Amino acid sequence: MWAYLLRRVLAGIIVLFVLSFGVFILVALSGNPLAALQATPGISRATIAAAGAQLHLNEPLVDRYWGWLVGLLHGSFGYSYTGQPVGPQIAQRLLVTVKLVVPAVILSVLLGVIVGVISAVRQYKPVDHVSTGLAYLFFSTPVFVLALLLKDFLAVDVNRAVGHTILFTVGESTPGITGAWNVFVDEVQHAVLPVVTLTLVTYATWSRFQRAAMLDVLNADYIRLARAKGLSPRRVLFVHALRNALIPVVTVVAIDFAALIGGALVTEIVFSWDGMGQYLYNALTGAESPDVYAVSGWLMVAGTAVVVFNILADLVYGLLDPRIRYA
Amino acid sequence: MPEPVSDVTPPASALTLVTDAAQGLTFESRGQIRLAVERFAHHRLAVVGLIVFLLLLLLSTIGPVFWQYNYSTITAQFATGPSAQHPFGTDLIGHDLFAQVMEAEATSVKTAVLVALIATTIGTVVGAIAGYYGKLADVLLMRFTDLILAVPLLVVLLVLANKLSKQAGSWLWIALILGLLLWTNLARQVRGAFLSLREREFVEAEHAIGASDWRIIFRHMIPNAIGPIVVSATLTVALALLIEAVLSFLGLGIQPPEVSLGSLINSGQDAATSLPWLFFFPAGFLVITILSINFIGDGLRDALDPTQRGRS
Repeated sequence: MWAYLLRRVLAGIIVLFVLSFGVFILVALSGNPLAALQATPGISRATIAAAGAQLHLNEPLVDRYWGWLVGLLHGSFGYSYTGQPVGPQIAQRLLVTVKLVVPAVILSVLLGVIVGVISAVRQYKPVDHVSTGLAYLFFSTPVFVLALLLKDFLAVDVNRAVGHTILFTVGESTPGITGAWNVFVDEVQHAVLPVVTLTLVTYATWSRFQRAAMLDVLNADYIRLARAKGLSPRRVLFVHALRNALIPVVTVVAIDFAALIGGALVTEIVFSWDGMGQYLYNALTGAESPDVYAVSGWLMVAGTAVVVFNILADLVYGLLDPRIRYA
Repeated sequence: MPEPVSDVTPPASALTLVTDAAQGLTFESRGQIRLAVERFAHHRLAVVGLIVFLLLLLLSTIGPVFWQYNYSTITAQFATGPSAQHPFGTDLIGHDLFAQVMEAEATSVKTAVLVALIATTIGTVVGAIAGYYGKLADVLLMRFTDLILAVPLLVVLLVLANKLSKQAGSWLWIALILGLLLWTNLARQVRGAFLSLREREFVEAEHAIGASDWRIIFRHMIPNAIGPIVVSATLTVALALLIEAVLSFLGLGIQPPEVSLGSLINSGQDAATSLPWLFFFPAGFLVITILSINFIGDGLRDALDPTQRGRS
């Protein structure tokens, strides 16, 4: 198993380097970060040249990539075009994204598993039809539609009904609040809507996976045997069936979670959360875009998350299902 | 995870199919299509989805011909709610929203359909060649597919959409980018199907009578893998609608003077609280369109690919 793990990690590192090179070149070639500067009236050639030199724009592309890579191996993500170090910037953004994504994923897993299991056990009964309908509705609804619905309509109504603002729709916290408890309450009030948005679009897919996995298991011979032995339905369902039906879902959850670390772009934008998605978006479309160093830094963090969680998913898979051998 | 197929009762006409098959190929293929149509018709939501989608298609193509306002006409009434004159109301500068929604629906759907055509063609060809020839072709094409899959879709989309959406005829560019990125899943599926079809007797028989590779692939193997291909094409339409809407919502997709449902929601969102119709009509059309296509896809899966029944 250790040899397997080592091989997977090495393969992951190679993929990351190939990707970083490709993305670096693609982003660097995709636009001119000096465009705004050059369009400034009355600007001198020397100023433009100096700005270009500062951003290493006059060096060959491969040299620039090499410079970035050497910096990375020395533990530095380099400086973004706005002059700030990328590493600390990303660390800050990652924290914001984690505050949004982790609660949403935990809620989605709970909701997805519960709804999926109930749907499977009551297959083709009203409760199954309702949950199937809702799941279809949620994965047919673009995230921004759901987010705007909650932000512009639900939140406004709720706040009006209560008489003061209990659901905040902009940002991740109110500045200037003191006291640990007050800060916590404030952050929760800010997090409710984006977390609910993300949960609804995420659980819908997972509940379908859980339902399908559960149906598969419920019709297996060993479940029939467990029932024939006279075990209680509860024991058959939770100990014998659910345990095995969770295996395929683990993979889906791990991979989706990893992708969300790269940022819930749309949710972050609608609710003005300064997370990873927003960071990438600004780096690619903001004033000094395309910001190669910011994008490459983002890619390293988001890509590492994908690689690590894929490996974790496979390991957990083996843990839950002893039949799987790592070769 | 395919559901157990034990609860699928074979339609009564399965028996007639067997006897038809004995009489000749044309009969059999007609029987297959009729069977598929019957299975599709059994899926009530899929039928509803198909009807709704056709109505939307009709409205967005024929509607503008009869409607009194063009989507780009600026009327004297601005920011008015739904009325007899403007059934969906008007926006902040006086566009008739009904005309705009019809135009946007047409743009969104034609973009998504083009994406599905491009993605399905590439996916089928890549998967077919990799699965049929195997060996080096398979290794090269599948590694290439893995590479496309590994590339962070978000980065490529933002980079390319930001650059290309500024061009004239932006819907074509958006369709092209999405089409070139969304074929990987289908390629893997087709490859898988071809790997097993390759070993079947009818393919061996074709080889024996000296049929060309081209003929075997296109006349015999692709028709046998048509189920997953059609289902995937349908679901790609839904996916493309979602992605195009997000891009347009971010201002990176369809650009003015063209309008899509996503860009309409984007331009209406600032006034959404005071002029809610600017949000609800385009958002409603968007969700209903995607929902109906997802239902059609589900019905097609039941109809064409019975082993995958219930997976979604």
